Amino acid sequence: MLLVPAALAVAFLVLPLVALVVRAPWTTLPEALLSAEVGQALRLSLVCATSATALSMVLGIPLAWVLARAQFRGRRLLRALVTVPLVLPPVVGGVALLLLLGRRGLLGQYLDAWFGVTLPFTTPAVILAETFVAMPFLVIAVEGALRGADRRYEDAAATLGASRSLIFRRVTLPLIAPGVSAGAVLCFARALGEFGATISFAGSFPGVTRTMPIEVYLALETDPPAAIVLSLVLLAVSVVVLVSLRDRWLQGSAA
Amino acid sequence: MTSPSLRLWVVAIALAWAVPACGSPTASEQGGTVNVFAAASLTDAFRQIADEVERANPGLSVAVNVGASSALSQQIVSGAPADVFAAASPAAMATVIDAGEATAPQVFARNHLEIAVPADNPGRVDGLADFADPDRTFALCAAEVPCGAAAAAIFTAAGIRAAPDTLEQDVRAALSKVVLGEVDAALVYRTDVLAAGSKVRGIGFPEAEQAPSDYLLATLTSAPNAAGAEVFGAYVLSSEGQRILAKAGFELP
Repeated sequence: MLLVPAALAVAFLVLPLVALVVRAPWTTLPEALLSAEVGQALRLSLVCATSATALSMVLGIPLAWVLARAQFRGRRLLRALVTVPLVLPPVVGGVALLLLLGRRGLLGQYLDAWFGVTLPFTTPAVILAETFVAMPFLVIAVEGALRGADRRYEDAAATLGASRSLIFRRVTLPLIAPGVSAGAVLCFARALGEFGATISFAGSFPGVTRTMPIEVYLALETDPPAAIVLSLVLLAVSVVVLVSLRDRWLQGSAA
Repeated sequence: MTSPSLRLWVVAIALAWAVPACGSPTASEQGGTVNVFAAASLTDAFRQIADEVERANPGLSVAVNVGASSALSQQIVSGAPADVFAAASPAAMATVIDAGEATAPQVFARNHLEIAVPADNPGRVDGLADFADPDRTFALCAAEVPCGAAAAAIFTAAGIRAAPDTLEQDVRAALSKVVLGEVDAALVYRTDVLAAGSKVRGIGFPEAEQAPSDYLLATLTSAPNAAGAEVFGAYVLSSEGQRILAKAGFELP
């Protein structure tokens, strides 16, 4: 009874990707892949997604630790607040960033007036937009790992006289390393695919803010085969991401 | 199990499917819904025209889908259920005609590019040549969409190397960057400057007068509601329709 809808679900999830592969202009693929636009957009996408992942780890791991370990009133509210970007439409996130950090934004006007810094339409704006959307994935994954970790190791280290920061670096982090790497990979994948927040906050300019997903969207308007090629590249990257997660997901027995 | 809430969901979903079904009779003579795919710059004028058409034809409802003409043309070629296509450039219309989705488009309006600056003109922009200044922040349309193609042609003709900071996906996206004050100037259509009201100031320039953009309208060959498409198309070309377009700042052919 369950097999028919299950088969439909598989077809629904897999056939669009099959179509992408079937319709790809394979004969002209090599030259399309080597074109300047593709290389530029791919390079920008990788740089921005990597930077966004790094920023998410620097800020997100401590946040996950606070959410998992610290005891204070309003912790559940705090968790709800910081995971809003997970469910928020990314375009809304981009508009919100623009209203905060834009040239006339709540904070952005002072950045401009005091430091002469304007963020929109710059590569750092892309990184911020991607971080805004992707960091909650990392926070949730790391928080889950922290809750699952055996605290007795940390207690033992504490009774042996280790400081809190030493315990965090030498005991806690190694314990949750698999959770951190899974979260980082998810965060990277989400950042790489980010479109809505990027285009509304950072705009779209080749080599500066036009990442792969935006390039796909624009190419679809005038040059659909190019859009397919770009999509194939992103699909390939996604598959690599999935393979790198294989121990956790593909065996079906993940935490 | 939470079966009461589950049942509620099922009912809600069933209602969501059923309600539009009983609200839209099958396309009869001047009934049903007309899907109009229109260039982003037509947003306000076509909303108004849609209201007038609906008032004059009870039972007919008009849905206006605005976007970059180039994006809309691809949607139509890919089988979007459009009845009418109003494009901001002959190139976008050609995409649809080449795919056999339309014949005999008619020019129904003309537009010119204009420099749009925030009302207080923070970048003190006063002419097309300022767009070459890398220190100021500019938005243009992407070259793929009609307003971007028109801008590129004008810059080439004027011998100006523009230094834009963002290439937006349609003209209204470029305009909104001016409305928000995030750019010092953008090159948009004169009608967009008018539509933005007091937040935006327009600066005309002679080069634009020499390069008007033709807007073309066609009813589509595979229109699900051909009768409704005819009604809408006729209204756009009628004196009432042309009056609304002229008020929005369009030139009439």
